[in-house]
Amino acid sequence: MIKVEWFYWLCGIFFVLIALQVLNDRTNPKRVGSAAFWGILGLSFGYGTFVVNKQAPAWLLGIAVIGLAMLAGSGFPGKGEERTTTPAERVHLADRFGNKLFLPALVIPVVAAIFGAWLAKVKLGDGTPLLQTGSATIIGLGVASILALIVGMVLLRPQTGAVGRGRNALQNPGVPLHEGRRLLEHIGWAAILPQMLATLGLLFNASGVGKAVGRVTDHLIPKGSLIAAVALYCIGMAVFTIIMGNAFAAFPVMTAAVGWPLLVQQFGGTPAVVFAVGMLAGFCGTLCTPMAANFNLVPAALLEMKDQYGPIKAQIPTAVPLLACNILVMYVFAF
Amino acid sequence: MGSARHRGGGRRVRPPDQLDARSHGGRYRRRPDRRPVAGQDPKILNAFGDGFAGSRSVTVFIVTLPVIGLIERYGLQQQARKLIGRLKVVTTGRLLAVYLLIRQGTAALGLTSIGGPAQAVRPLIHPMAAGAAERRYGGKLPDKLQEKIKGFAASADTVGLFFGEDIFVAIGSILLITGFVDATYGLHLEAIDIALWAIPTGICALLIHGARLLLLDRKLDRLAAEIKAAEKETAR
Repeated sequence: MIKVEWFYWLCGIFFVLIALQVLNDRTNPKRVGSAAFWGILGLSFGYGTFVVNKQAPAWLLGIAVIGLAMLAGSGFPGKGEERTTTPAERVHLADRFGNKLFLPALVIPVVAAIFGAWLAKVKLGDGTPLLQTGSATIIGLGVASILALIVGMVLLRPQTGAVGRGRNALQNPGVPLHEGRRLLEHIGWAAILPQMLATLGLLFNASGVGKAVGRVTDHLIPKGSLIAAVALYCIGMAVFTIIMGNAFAAFPVMTAAVGWPLLVQQFGGTPAVVFAVGMLAGFCGTLCTPMAANFNLVPAALLEMKDQYGPIKAQIPTAVPLLACNILVMYVFAF
Repeated sequence: MGSARHRGGGRRVRPPDQLDARSHGGRYRRRPDRRPVAGQDPKILNAFGDGFAGSRSVTVFIVTLPVIGLIERYGLQQQARKLIGRLKVVTTGRLLAVYLLIRQGTAALGLTSIGGPAQAVRPLIHPMAAGAAERRYGGKLPDKLQEKIKGFAASADTVGLFFGEDIFVAIGSILLITGFVDATYGLHLEAIDIALWAIPTGICALLIHGARLLLLDRKLDRLAAEIKAAEKETAR
């Protein structure tokens, strides 16, 4: 069975190698702290395996997580000088390699889709699944990235000094690692933000914040008004999702407070419609919140945007009318 | 990496008796010298550690960075721009609207990992969208236009994913709905019913965001004209 932990180790090794590179990068004014950041992150990926398997104490990783947050709060990781091709060189290289350049980029979605749609269902001789259950997407992405890298290396042969100038003449396997570091340094600490927020959401949930909010919403509904109850459920899902960054965390709360007792039990709504549309109303909230960092802040970092809220600003004018659509769809079809 | 699990489906919610932040805050206040050591069960730190270890899947997108960086080094973005620049019918808005349709359609078939900001938007979709705009407005784009295009490129990916994947039966959010309400309220909801009722909203999302993407061309026209006018003003 192909296990998802292998790919977490791959990520861990990548981060550790980045840390070693950063430590040697004298152009980076914050190289020690930055190397510490990527190094701790890398080690925590491997250590996480033992935490998940209950073979190692989780609190040690907890300390590492707080350490990462403190490093991020003090301005780490920093960035070194970029050593890559110039735009002019790239135009020249694009002329030389042409559409072959798309091949590695297309390998990733194709291979990932094959894993997610087909290999996820394949079973081995002894009946166990080929891919660890529930992790086909992650495994597919990992394998796809490795294959794409192999295709890219064969196609581009980066060691031949094709780019010419001495400062770019890196050793063969060093080139993708170096270029990967360039992108990762652009993303910076935002790279771990989604994981941090996911962890924080878990703590929120467990400490009962949700239940308290559920009690408050009880007092907000005018008695006997169906449209008010529908609107409260949908808007509540969106607002709660904006706060938590996560529609899945909002769903049990709003459903226990409004969806089930009022919409289904009192007004006799069709459960499938109420719950399906309620969740989608929550997704409208996800479009608007920086708390959903992996969907909203990481793309901004990846695209090197000056305004990290750019994607959210592009999405809010869609999210608001779509939320109204959800209220309408539920009102019309569920009752 | 775009699967719904990242919105939290994979989270294991701990029962409150295993984690009570307030009581422990109190305990540590009374004993400030107390250090967490193995066997004493420092619950908040444990919760942080467990949560972080259990959420590693959201960071896996970084494994795509080396190969994307490599092909960028050899001119991928320039090639994407060149390719789109030749096709006169392709405008920024139309290209992103088509991508929205593809992203939503493939997500509805369960192929959520086909797109994503790292795999598709940065290497392919954004350079193409920017290339189309560069052809239209001539040469390097002003910052304002670049930011707009980047924001909308990211939004096409996200909106397509969110309102497509819920039409697919075996996705985290649907399993969460059926799992939660079946267990809590004793219902027997079919996942396929939940998926079917995601279709009306999915169509609304495609219409609303698709229309906004098509209107983006006009918005960019206006922005470019304004910037040009402002430049003339300062030149005078």
